[in-house]
Amino acid sequence: MSEIKMRQLDDYRWEIPPFGGMRVPGLIYSSEKLMKGLEKDESPRQVANVAHLPGIVRYSLAMPDIHWGYGFPIGGVAAFDLRKGIISPGGVGYDINCGCRLVATNLKHDDIRDRLEKVVTALFRDIPAGVGSTGALRLKPRDEKEVLVEGAWWAVKNGYGTASDLEATEDGGRIGGADPDKVSARAMERGRGQLGTLGSGNHFLEIEIVRDIYDEKVAAAFGLEKDQVAFMIHCGSRGLGHQVCDDYLARMMKHVNALGLQLPDRQLACAYVQSEEGQDYLAAMACAANYAWANRQVLMHWTGETLQRTLQIGPRELGMRLVYDVCHNIAKIEDFDVEGLKAKLCVHRKGATRAFPANHPALSEKYRHVGQPVLIPGDMGTGSYVLVGTERALAETFGSTCHGAGRVLSRAQAIKAGKGRAIRKEMAERGVLVIASAKGTLAEEMPEAYKDIDEVVEAVHGAGISRKVARLKAVGCIKG
Amino acid sequence: MKTYRPIDHTADLGIEVSGKSEKELYRNAGIAVHDMIADLRSVRPREVRNIGVEGRDREDLMINFLREILYLYNGESWLLKNLTIVKMEGGRIEATLRGEAFDRSRHALKQEIKAVTYHQAEVKETPRGWKAKVIFDV
Repeated sequence: MSEIKMRQLDDYRWEIPPFGGMRVPGLIYSSEKLMKGLEKDESPRQVANVAHLPGIVRYSLAMPDIHWGYGFPIGGVAAFDLRKGIISPGGVGYDINCGCRLVATNLKHDDIRDRLEKVVTALFRDIPAGVGSTGALRLKPRDEKEVLVEGAWWAVKNGYGTASDLEATEDGGRIGGADPDKVSARAMERGRGQLGTLGSGNHFLEIEIVRDIYDEKVAAAFGLEKDQVAFMIHCGSRGLGHQVCDDYLARMMKHVNALGLQLPDRQLACAYVQSEEGQDYLAAMACAANYAWANRQVLMHWTGETLQRTLQIGPRELGMRLVYDVCHNIAKIEDFDVEGLKAKLCVHRKGATRAFPANHPALSEKYRHVGQPVLIPGDMGTGSYVLVGTERALAETFGSTCHGAGRVLSRAQAIKAGKGRAIRKEMAERGVLVIASAKGTLAEEMPEAYKDIDEVVEAVHGAGISRKVARLKAVGCIKG
Repeated sequence: MKTYRPIDHTADLGIEVSGKSEKELYRNAGIAVHDMIADLRSVRPREVRNIGVEGRDREDLMINFLREILYLYNGESWLLKNLTIVKMEGGRIEATLRGEAFDRSRHALKQEIKAVTYHQAEVKETPRGWKAKVIFDV
């Protein structure tokens, strides 16, 4: 296990006792089987590295889908005291507010079974995806600023969706405190032509069928039933978010040097939350997060239009409704009880999903009685899970859970393993029709490149930091 | 001799760059960034761009240099054909690049490079010349 010492606390928890400059212990949520996969991985060291940062509260946490990132591990959660703690762009990630949204319809599997190829082909044609993809929207500078402040509201205001979609989006699809003046001209330029694009890499649009229901009552509250057709959109803030992260990493690097702060890795560059650098980053990060919500809102609208046109049905027959939209790369100021005291903390979730329980004031009325829907996309073509947030998550993990399957093979290893294989045909044999804009993407993103999503979800369910509600099976997928 | 080769990283893409001198190392690293993005054989050296960046140490200088070069493609859709280091002293590097605007009909893209990371960045002199390690977010 690299050279990091760990202590197993129970079936789902492994502690890294503090050593060296660690201010708090590390705590990894996992299972025996998933821990074996970590033996040669450097990510436990990264959990320990995060524990060095000033103002970290309680633990440096990692979810079962943990894998090696740069600086912070992917699957990491860390909360910082607002007065003494830091905020780090690397703890959010380059793709700010990368996330996913699940959209339910009135259709049943039989309604699309015979027309699936037509549907997937039409979506591939209509939804801009892939390397260097630009959208049908080209924003004027003034409109782009509005997008950054208003998020999904901007999209709804301009006819992409309805107000009810906002109730089913984390934070209502808009984080406050967004200030476009804190976003560089470079980031603005990169964002201008990319609204309404999926991008490349692990991002996708998937047609899925609700296959299993684990909790009838909660599934009903989420509007999910067996055999129903749904679709999942997984993407983020595109070049704009990357540029914001890049700009602020460089600025904080200077800041860290000026403060004389010793960090185990340059990519952990950070600033005190209350410092000018910290506040500016929060304002810029909010802009990128809002851009991502507008992006997913526009993509959802276009997907609905394509489905209607291809299946020749009206909006009522399609019955498209947003189940939920979550972000899994973000830092937020949230309220928690820490050792019996109310505290505002700056929670970083890098490859982790918020999982708030029923009755949490941050939830919209729609889900306050039942708890927050948590969306966990699987690897390409496998399908997804819908979970619900729990009290235990709020008590133990700053209201957080896993975000997906987590890579086990590097992109280069996956391409090597995929050599000479017809991945698309293999996927078709598993009942998933996949179209990708680049052949390399298919190999990079093939299922064996990822941890077993079932195992990841069993671990968070077993640990009680979220609860299984439903499982969806992918039948069609478009990739960048 | 190949001036760079991929190194493995679970989530992302890393490269190891070599050069006979420090200047050549930075030059090779700069070209590698665009070479990973597109097939540079079809790029013509029609326009000149000059860049200048600073860094507090060799790694910082390398990352800042590569960030600037990456932005030429990511922000301005411009691809380089060749690169000359004009000046390198006191933590500052200046370079002249020749290339042209990206044209979908003529240039074949290989992959998207989203950012240059600081993670485990390394620049050092070895008995066999200069070496750098850089990890990119893809």
